[in-house]
Amino acid sequence: MSQRGKQDELGEYRPLSYFQLMEVSLRELLVEKGIVSDAEVQATLEDMRARGPDTGARVVARAWVDADFKARLLENGTRACEAFGLDVPALRLVVVENTPQVHNVIVCTLCSCYPRMLLGLPPDWYKSSHYRSRVVREPRAVLAEFGLRLPDAVQLRVHDSTADMRYLVLPMRPAGTAGWSEARLASIVTRDCMIGVAVPESSGSE
Amino acid sequence: MPQVAARPQYPTDHPSVPVRFAVGERVRVRKTYPLGHIRTPYYIRGHSGVIERYCGNFPVPEELAQMRSGLPAQPLYRVRFLQREVWPDYHGRADDVIEVEIFQHWLEAVKT
Repeated sequence: MSQRGKQDELGEYRPLSYFQLMEVSLRELLVEKGIVSDAEVQATLEDMRARGPDTGARVVARAWVDADFKARLLENGTRACEAFGLDVPALRLVVVENTPQVHNVIVCTLCSCYPRMLLGLPPDWYKSSHYRSRVVREPRAVLAEFGLRLPDAVQLRVHDSTADMRYLVLPMRPAGTAGWSEARLASIVTRDCMIGVAVPESSGSE
Repeated sequence: MPQVAARPQYPTDHPSVPVRFAVGERVRVRKTYPLGHIRTPYYIRGHSGVIERYCGNFPVPEELAQMRSGLPAQPLYRVRFLQREVWPDYHGRADDVIEVEIFQHWLEAVKT
């Protein structure tokens, strides 16, 4: 890592890849035509970089401690997040709840649709063709590879984000977390739990 | 009996075509292969499922991709399919499902 960092600092020359070149070309054209400004592009990049799964985790922790909030979140995820004080532009959120009978997992088979406003940028595996094709075809095998062995008694629902909705899994609050503060609860809600390829563990926190 | 899809989860004010399907109604995804930018996955075309919810009316993605307005908007539904009907060799439970967002113009009623 440090080796790599040092090289970057020294400005090692690497030719642009095809997609990097496409991105630069498109961005420069949009700026040239006055459709966006450089400042707007930078501000959007900064906004996206500042977003991470901790926001989604706070939403989940609130839903665990506040039954009314949970009901509103399941009814209209976007409105509930806004009432919670979150800035979630352009997000139409569908929250799907895990129960002892049902487990949910999220995918976008067509590209990489993801609730970025709540989870930040998606992990590379979420965008891989392997995950996207296999999690709809053999979801239980894929979950097992993530270390999540779903009991036979549990129904599995795969959600393919193909259009205008974005999805967040509301995991089950694990046993052994009674009396925990909301912040401590949020600390065990990982990104993968909210995609549905993992479940929160109470032993994961001190 | 299907319930009526009285109101969308996310209302929009786009001029739209009328809503045809109710929550709980059985529908089939049209098995057609037009060119262009399509938001209906190949794997689900030709399969039938049940309307899980009515999301709202949204501009047509095939039209938006051609730099047109996408209006009138089409109702967007979440449709629930049984995995065993989508993949005949599916190994999980018989009631495992996959849910996909499908626009109304891709759906046809299934006579029951």
